[in-house]
Amino acid sequence: MGNGDDKSSREPATLPGPVLFYNDVVIDHFMNPRNVGELPDAETDGFGLVGDASCGDQMKLWIAVRDERIARIVFKSFGCPGAIATSSMLTALPVNRTVDEARRITDDHVIEGLGGIPEKKRHCSLLGVRALQAAIGDWQKRPASP
Amino acid sequence: MNYLDYSASTPVAPRVFEAMLPFLQESWGNPSSPYRFGNKARTAVERARKRIAGHLGCRPTELVFCSSGTEADNLALRGVAHALRSKGNHIVVSAIEHHAVLHTCKALEAEERQVTYVPVTADGVVDLDALGGSLRADTVLVSVMHANNETGVIQPVEEIAGLAHRRGVVFHTDAVQSAGKLAGMLAGLGADLVTVSAHKLYGPKGAAALYVRQGTSISPVTTGGAQELGLRAGTENVAAIVGFAEAVALAFEGVDAEGRRQAQLRNRLEQEVTAAIRAVRVNGARAQRLPNTSSLSFEAVDGESIVLGLDMQGICVSTGSACSTGEPEPSHVLRSMGLSREEAQGTIRVSLGHETREQDIDYTVRVLAETVARLRQISSVRGGVE
Repeated sequence: MGNGDDKSSREPATLPGPVLFYNDVVIDHFMNPRNVGELPDAETDGFGLVGDASCGDQMKLWIAVRDERIARIVFKSFGCPGAIATSSMLTALPVNRTVDEARRITDDHVIEGLGGIPEKKRHCSLLGVRALQAAIGDWQKRPASP
Repeated sequence: MNYLDYSASTPVAPRVFEAMLPFLQESWGNPSSPYRFGNKARTAVERARKRIAGHLGCRPTELVFCSSGTEADNLALRGVAHALRSKGNHIVVSAIEHHAVLHTCKALEAEERQVTYVPVTADGVVDLDALGGSLRADTVLVSVMHANNETGVIQPVEEIAGLAHRRGVVFHTDAVQSAGKLAGMLAGLGADLVTVSAHKLYGPKGAAALYVRQGTSISPVTTGGAQELGLRAGTENVAAIVGFAEAVALAFEGVDAEGRRQAQLRNRLEQEVTAAIRAVRVNGARAQRLPNTSSLSFEAVDGESIVLGLDMQGICVSTGSACSTGEPEPSHVLRSMGLSREEAQGTIRVSLGHETREQDIDYTVRVLAETVARLRQISSVRGGVE
C-alpha cells in the first residue's frame, strides 16, 4: 500500500470522492522537492512571500538574476503535498529563462509539468506562480546591480 | 502495511466473517418473504438484534438497524425534529460533533429549525454550563457525541442526559467511536437515542444501529416497507447485521484488558513522540480519552503532508478524520478547542487497534520524526521550532 505498487489508483489527474490521491510525479516532487532552500541577502535579486488565505499554505521564493535571466531559484513552503509538489515543479521551470519568459509561467504549466493534480488542489499551483511573480516584481523595484 | 487508523475503520474479525458467510451464500433470502427460506434470514436478523440488545443492555425492540452511523444520526436528528415539530424547533448540539450530525443540523437550519452549537473547553470537553444555559422551552433535542472521533475525548454524556431530561428534552449520543472500546452498557449513558456502527468494532461496513429508548418520539426518515418497526424502511442487510452482532459480542469479551493494553501503547506513542520531536502538542491530553486515540499537532508542518509522508513508508494515519480529507478548512474540532488555524493544520490522528504492537509504535515514531524533520526543512514557517 502506497509504495508505488498500486499505480492504477494514482494515475488519474482527478478522482471522484472526498479523498485525494496524487500521481507518481507529484509524489516524487513531494518526497524529493527540487530547489529547496534560501538565498542569503547578498545573493538575492528578488524575493516573494505569498500565502493562500483559503487553505493557510505559505511559500517563500528567492531568485538570482544574471543578464535578465533567472540564474537561481529556491523556495520554502508550508503546506499540503499539493503545495510542496507544485512549488517544487514551479521552481524547475524558469531556470535559465529570461525574466520575461518566467513571468509568463502559469498554473497550467505547473500542472502540466506534474502530469495533473487533484481538482481540489489546483489552487495550490497558483501559490508558486504568485510567489515567482512577486519575486520578479521585487527584482524590478531594486536598483540595477553594479 | 502498518495500519494506525482504526478510528476510520477496522478489519472484519475472522469469526465475524465466518458468521456472515452463510447469509451471503446459503440463506440469502429476503427476511420479509413469506416462505420458510425467507424466514431463515428473518430469524437471523432477530437473533442478531437480541444478541446486540443483550450486550448493550436494552430491549431488542429498541434497536433500529441502519446502513451506517451517519444514517442512524440522520434518523435521530431528523426523526425527533420532525416528530416533535409541534413542541418546538430548537436543537442543541456540541461544536465538535461529527459531520453526520453537524451537516444534518445545517440542513435542518435550512428548514427553519434553530440550532445552538455548544462550545468545548481547551481540553475538548463540552462546556456543561453553556449547554445547560442553551436549553429553551422550545428545545426538542440535545445531541452530544460520547467520544470525539478526532481527539478521543470522552464527553460527560450522563450529566448531559440529566440536564436534558430535567427539561423534558430528548437526548441523543453518537457512540460510534466509543462502542466496543469502553466497558459499560448503553443504559449507563442515560441517552434516549444512541448511534453504534459495526465497522468501527471489527464488524463489516454497511451495518449500524440506532438505539431508540421505548417511548421516545421519533418519525421515520426513510419511508417504504414496514421494516425496523416502521422507522427504517428497506430490506435488511442480513449478513452485515449478523456480522455486527458477532462483532459486538467480540468487543465485550475482554474489553477492559484490551483497553488497558491499547492505552499503554498510546501512552508509549505520545511519550516517544514528544521525546523525539520538538514543538508537538497532544490534543485533549488532560481529558479522559478513549484508550486508542491520539491527536498530535506539529508546529510549522501540514498534517496532510505528514500523512502522505507516512503513507510512503507504509504507515496509515489520518488528518483529523477520514471524512474531511480534501477539505481546505482545518478541523472544526481542534479550532473549537482554541487551536490556531496553523496548529490545526499541522495535526494528525493516530488510532490503535487489536493488531497494534509495540514495534508498530516504535517504527511509526521513527518514521514520524524523520518525516516531520524533513517537512520542517522545507517549511517556510519557522515558529518556535528552530
